[in-house]
Amino acid sequence: MTRRSRIATATMLVAVPVTCLLVASSLKADSSAGAAEKTSDGNAVGLSAFREVASVLVSPRCLNCHVPGESPLQYDDSRPHTMSVKRGADGNGTPAMRCTNCHQSTNTEFAHAPPGVSGWRMPRAKTPLAWQGLSTGELCRSLKDPSKNGGMSLSALVEHVTSDKLVNWGWNPGTGRTTPPLPHQQFVDKFRQWVDRGAPCEQ
Amino acid sequence: MKTTELIVNGERRATDVDPNTPLLWVLRDTFGLTGTKFGCGIAQCGACTVNLEGDAVRSCVTPLSRAAGKRVTTVEGLSKQNTHVVQQAWLAEQVPQCGYCQSGQLMSAAVLLAKIPKPTDADIDDAMSGNICRCGTYHRIRRAIHRAAELATRK
Repeated sequence: MTRRSRIATATMLVAVPVTCLLVASSLKADSSAGAAEKTSDGNAVGLSAFREVASVLVSPRCLNCHVPGESPLQYDDSRPHTMSVKRGADGNGTPAMRCTNCHQSTNTEFAHAPPGVSGWRMPRAKTPLAWQGLSTGELCRSLKDPSKNGGMSLSALVEHVTSDKLVNWGWNPGTGRTTPPLPHQQFVDKFRQWVDRGAPCEQ
Repeated sequence: MKTTELIVNGERRATDVDPNTPLLWVLRDTFGLTGTKFGCGIAQCGACTVNLEGDAVRSCVTPLSRAAGKRVTTVEGLSKQNTHVVQQAWLAEQVPQCGYCQSGQLMSAAVLLAKIPKPTDADIDDAMSGNICRCGTYHRIRRAIHRAAELATRK
């Protein structure tokens, strides 16, 4: 074997395993990238679903009672509620001025008259679920935090947005009030999709 | 026609008016209890306030059906001789001016004192801010509620 052929053989012996290693490594990297892409896609779908959910949550029909502090808001421009009404500890108003002193179990169909549905109330003072001023990510984390949402699990939240009478009232708000930007069923579908994708939240 | 039964000022009453009729009109037109006033008709002023099972509801937007089988107290039912503590205090403090809103004010004050016997100024503001007085008797109303609370403790 000439000196040149010995070098060529040695080069082949080293080069082939290195190439195999590189190929194997590359395949592994591709496989990881695929998984990451899949997770990322799932996350992206969940995040996208929540952005649509959030568009409903921050609409006046929801936000007007999901506020920090003691006083609800009203109308589409979310102005302070007249009469200085307050939530009270249980969310049903102060002892002598309960929400249901004026709000009935159905809408009162006159301009500026109180809307109504059975169980009209605000969130409790201890768990106000205040969304006003939160970023989409903060709203997301607040919504699914049982210490802030009244102890509800994700499945309980799905049930809440699906069946709660007060939630459903948002799509039947009576004279002079807009409805949320998505139809109720689409809102529920997006909410469920967000939960099914692991309820991801934006940073 | 469906008959609705309710207890008004301690008496069992029945009526066959439409159950969707505002309680205010049943009290005034059907039962002749005209002490409860029509103000705005949309629960914004408090003139029509009555006591329904302990709460100060606005009778102008409360359907009769909500009162079915329940106890309703109007200003006529506060006492037989105008001796309820809020009535005594109202007279002592000379609260009314034109008087139109006062039956609603009295009913809200009576509910407040039943729930909070010794209310603070803040409690009074929270309870009474839904009862509007165009004459601006608010300071006298607040004084009268404190006086009524005192009167109740002497009884």
